[in-house]
Amino acid sequence: MDAKKRDKLATVIIYILVGFVVLILAGILGNILITGIPHLSWHFLSSGASSYQAGGGVRDQLFNSIYLLVLTTIISLPIALGAAIYLAEYAKDNWITNLIRTTIQILSSLPSIVVGLFGYLLFVVQFGFGFSIISGALALTFFNLPILTSNIEEAIKGVPQDQREAGLALGLSNWKTIRGIVLPAALPGILTGIILSAGRIFGEAAALIYTAGQSGSTINYADWNPFSPTSPLNVMRPAETLAVHIWKVNTEGIIPDATIVSAATSALLVIVVIVFNLGARYLGNKLYRKLTAAK
Amino acid sequence: MDNKDKLKEVVDQAIANQHVPHVKLKRMGPSSVDIDKLTKPSKETHQEYWGKGLTYFAIALIIVLVVSIIGFVGYHGLATFINDHVNVFHFLTSTDWDPGEGKNHVGAAVMIVTSFLVTLLAALVATPFAIAIALYMTEYSSKKGANFLQSVTELLVGIPSVVYGFLGLTIIVPVIRKLFGGTGFGILAATLVLFVMVLPTITSLTVDSLKAVPGHFRKASMALGATHWQTIYHVVLRVATPRILTAVIFGMARAFGEALAVQMVIGNAVLMPYNLVSPSATLTSQLTSQMGNTVMGTLPNNALWSLALLLLIMSLVFNFLVKLIGKKGQK
Amino acid sequence: MQELKPSYVKTFAKDELALSTKDLSVLYGGKVQKLFDASLQFKKNTITALIGASGSGKSTFLRSLNRMNDRVATVNGEIWFHGLDVNKPNINVYELRKNIGMVFQRPNPFPKSIRENIVYALKADGQKDQKELDRIVEESLRAAALWDEVKDKLDKSALALSGGQQQRLCIARALAVKPEILLLDEPASALDPVSTSKLEDTLKQLRSKYTMVVVTHNMQQASRISDYTAFFHLGHVIEYNSTAEIFTNPKGQITEDYIQGSFG
Repeated sequence: MDAKKRDKLATVIIYILVGFVVLILAGILGNILITGIPHLSWHFLSSGASSYQAGGGVRDQLFNSIYLLVLTTIISLPIALGAAIYLAEYAKDNWITNLIRTTIQILSSLPSIVVGLFGYLLFVVQFGFGFSIISGALALTFFNLPILTSNIEEAIKGVPQDQREAGLALGLSNWKTIRGIVLPAALPGILTGIILSAGRIFGEAAALIYTAGQSGSTINYADWNPFSPTSPLNVMRPAETLAVHIWKVNTEGIIPDATIVSAATSALLVIVVIVFNLGARYLGNKLYRKLTAAK
Repeated sequence: MDNKDKLKEVVDQAIANQHVPHVKLKRMGPSSVDIDKLTKPSKETHQEYWGKGLTYFAIALIIVLVVSIIGFVGYHGLATFINDHVNVFHFLTSTDWDPGEGKNHVGAAVMIVTSFLVTLLAALVATPFAIAIALYMTEYSSKKGANFLQSVTELLVGIPSVVYGFLGLTIIVPVIRKLFGGTGFGILAATLVLFVMVLPTITSLTVDSLKAVPGHFRKASMALGATHWQTIYHVVLRVATPRILTAVIFGMARAFGEALAVQMVIGNAVLMPYNLVSPSATLTSQLTSQMGNTVMGTLPNNALWSLALLLLIMSLVFNFLVKLIGKKGQK
Repeated sequence: MQELKPSYVKTFAKDELALSTKDLSVLYGGKVQKLFDASLQFKKNTITALIGASGSGKSTFLRSLNRMNDRVATVNGEIWFHGLDVNKPNINVYELRKNIGMVFQRPNPFPKSIRENIVYALKADGQKDQKELDRIVEESLRAAALWDEVKDKLDKSALALSGGQQQRLCIARALAVKPEILLLDEPASALDPVSTSKLEDTLKQLRSKYTMVVVTHNMQQASRISDYTAFFHLGHVIEYNSTAEIFTNPKGQITEDYIQGSFG
């Protein structure tokens, strides 16, 4: 076979492989959305899950997922921000920094089930929090920290050096320059990073099954006092999220319509992830344009 | 010297033109310098002190966290061997897993073998596809096509793993059951699910590696009369090999640590797999399904922690491999 | 190879000095030396130009004067300012930089409004009196010869200004902190000829109140604006004299060669 023919053949093979993958993807997305969306009714979103009959919804799971997402973001953002500022602005180029980076990389590559089990050990058992939202949120924080930190670090590093010099030359402290000039300029990137990591948190289940638990408790949506045991805001109550719900109804399989419930829940999760993805891009672009706008 | 005279003329003219038009800078002007301030800490000094302190605190927190994860999991994972006197060699090689029955029934070989098998198979299947897509995106397609595939890849990374598990359970497992008989659960099902899960990971990192190959390499090769494929095969892929390897390892790390999706399709029976469609169990699937059924501090519980420790160690090994390849690539 | 020894370095009486250095050396990464024993004196209310090929150390020298090199390099030697060696570790660099301002090669306004650009550092310093802030905005914009062009759009984004206007805004921003000395690092290199000439006029006007040190690779510019000129070569100060002397009657051969070659 001469080189020309080989070139042709390689091209054809590459196109076939790509086509095959695109088909798989279309199949996956199509399957989730087509089987799931018809069942995504208001009834499904607004009623509680049933334990053994068909026709249950995911109201509590949806609320729990959102609540955990918010709590996790609130806890992890300041830490990730601090760590990212350290890495981007203060860390010197030496072995200590290398060690720190390796540590963060290790955390980011730990299997989420391991992170979840650590959370179980520390919060559920050791601190006696039991299966609870706060245990779940802390485990998710661990899972979220490395990726959020590196996203924010990238955003901060993307701010041109001359902005920092401008601040320093005016007699501002490094810290003031970072807070007042660098962070606002990095805001679009930081927000994009937060939203992207939010998508990951929203779909995570392995870190939650042994921390936030696999079952819900009675929730009274009229009671917004966070210290009341039936309040949705109570952080000490066990909470099953959407992703955990899919896993549970499929592995326990008590409810007869497990497939329908999972399909609809999967569709919901995927839609949320798509919205987060698009939202991150849109918001990032818009904010970026606003900041650099020549009005 | 003509040149010098001319220069003198130009410079003299320029200096003459320096005549300053009279301006009133009214109240504007330097403030008198307070020498004392120059040697004393100011507001900025304190700001810097606290701000820097905050960032140090944050980074220290993360480090403490990682150290304690390793410490806690290590402590509980080693208890099997130290307190319960299980033989490490036995643990790694025996297929007899029934920790409730005592220390001679703590053999994790089934989980270890299955975990490695699904990981390797998934990586093996996914890598050619990932390289093909990456080549298509960087060498063949238009910018639009590449952008489209890029966003699809990002989306696929974002799809929660339970959703993949659910799809495996409802699509792949029944198909396998129909084709090969049996339950449909097993290594093949897990491999296929993991294939879809690691594909975007490997692809996006491979794209990065191909993009990092300098354009002049390609041009030089083309200029020598090489075909597009020859250029790709002999130049682009060769230069990018270390980073593609890194991409594959990252993919394997993801596959090895994936818990729920695998647990949903592997069958969860602690049996040595004798073919690709026999039910089995991985480290993660066993942890996921059994941790809730054991009591803290007992041998069955400690044995599970040993599995977790194994997962942790493998995660460290993957990290180490990536570092190693990175160092070799620099040479 | 010619020996890189200063052929002439001008000195001034002590009470005329705004700033001076003694044996200033800069090392990058602990190894690469970019500046060797530079000793220069800057006279009050004058403009001094630093000239030399790229890599000659003139920018490195300039950036050391207000300790902007602290984080990237090791700076050894003395920098005397009001009878104080400000290159000592115990010096409060923030206060120092308020007294020795700096303008950079590329205009770098903050992505904020014109007004906010000028008052940002003052607010950070605790200045709250709105009237006073407004006054400073006007005064510093006037001093930078920008007031007439922007007085109607103070709350518009500074990024909407032209490159030349942005650079003058950066000067105004530096002046608002009321420094005594202004360091300018090739301030006109990114500007078109018209903007450059406006900028030069601005600098010449500021001379009555400020001491300025300007790095430039443009010989004509040096001769148009500066009273004194220092010539740098491969990290060494080769010659320092009044601008007229340096250009028309250089003492050293390297200086003469460089000036002959660069005056095109």
